Amino acid sequence: MSTIFHLDIVSAVESIYSGPVEFLVAPAQMGEVGIYPRHTPMLTRIKSGMVRIKAQLKDEELVYVSGGMLEVQPDVVTILADTAIRSHDLDEAKAIEAKQAAEDAMKDRASELDYAKAQAELMEAVSQLAAIEKLRKRRH
Amino acid sequence: MAGSREIRNKIGSVKNTQKITRAMEMVAASKMRKAQDRMKKARPYGEKIRNVAAHMSRANTEYRHPFLIERDSVKRIGIIIVTSDKGLCGGLNTNVLRRALSEMKKWQSEGEELEVCCIGNKGLGFMTRIKANVISQVVALGDTPDMEKLIGAVKVVLDGYTQDRFDRVYIFYNRFINTMKQEPVMEQLLPLSDDKMQSGQSVQENSSNTGWDYIYEPEAKPVIDDIMVRYVEALIYQALTENMASEQSARMVAMKAASDNAGSVIDELTLIYNKSRQAAITKELSEIVGGAAAV
Repeated sequence: MSTIFHLDIVSAVESIYSGPVEFLVAPAQMGEVGIYPRHTPMLTRIKSGMVRIKAQLKDEELVYVSGGMLEVQPDVVTILADTAIRSHDLDEAKAIEAKQAAEDAMKDRASELDYAKAQAELMEAVSQLAAIEKLRKRRH
Repeated sequence: MAGSREIRNKIGSVKNTQKITRAMEMVAASKMRKAQDRMKKARPYGEKIRNVAAHMSRANTEYRHPFLIERDSVKRIGIIIVTSDKGLCGGLNTNVLRRALSEMKKWQSEGEELEVCCIGNKGLGFMTRIKANVISQVVALGDTPDMEKLIGAVKVVLDGYTQDRFDRVYIFYNRFINTMKQEPVMEQLLPLSDDKMQSGQSVQENSSNTGWDYIYEPEAKPVIDDIMVRYVEALIYQALTENMASEQSARMVAMKAASDNAGSVIDELTLIYNKSRQAAITKELSEIVGGAAAV
């Protein structure tokens, strides 16, 4: 009977923790859960808060997680931490915003004109150089 | 002596261009390192969530998420196009857009309706120009891809899929192979194909056969929904980080080529300038000598 299991805490931006641990406490949605090795498979959302980790021969460690998902397998535990603050209403609002932006962009794109113009000029200069180079090669 | 002033002006303007391209090359080189770093850091999350999704697909759940169900008839297709916000990065955006355009033409000729989600300014500009149906967009992502910005635009597409507006969703982006090579790719995002649901490592093969299931807290459906949405978002996020790394390295290479070209053009123009100067001096001298001889 193993007394340790493998824990991974990852977010989309980085890997936060990875290693063997003896037990951990995580802030699950329905209340804190403590997990020891050979826990039955479980899948749950977690709230933002501290995850307490006890690794072998080490003091307890605290890792902050801003919400996410917790997957428990008998020997492997994975915490998928969110990098953004999420809720259904918030997601909805963002979706509407993205849609609106798409519609607005169809209508007018004047604000980006100056930048686009400057870029177009530089682009022209660069392609001129390339063309000259090509011509030169052909001549020789 | 005609033209020598013009040549000098031309040399000056090419030199200025070279300064800009050289500066952009160096900026791109330093950003490239960071972008590659971010790309690597995003990978563990992708792997882990893929494992979780793979476990879940093997678990004995009554609820099957719509993302996993293959549909019989494909009428409408959602497309996500990842491009850069800024240009001057060689053929990077052109390649991926050309790839997308040829696929879109093919689908259109098969009578399918298309809707597009644009991530990045260049794709958006292109899609508006060809009058594609743009349903959502994210632009001005900056140098650090931000999950927060992606959520909204992606949700429009995912909702479209769950509400049966789309039967399939594809994503186009540039895959980063190395600094010199990037490849435009098309991937099927939804429904999630089988190989996307297989875990990289085989965990618990023995228990997977015995009809086990998770304990879901609070319930199976919302938890599975959340995982699937995050999984798809992670896939898109990864595509974005790859595209950004590709963008910076493509820009570095393009700007290096431009600086080199400018250098050789300057050399050439300097040669012409010196020749014409020499010719003018020779002419002046021979005039003086000729004049003296006449006296």
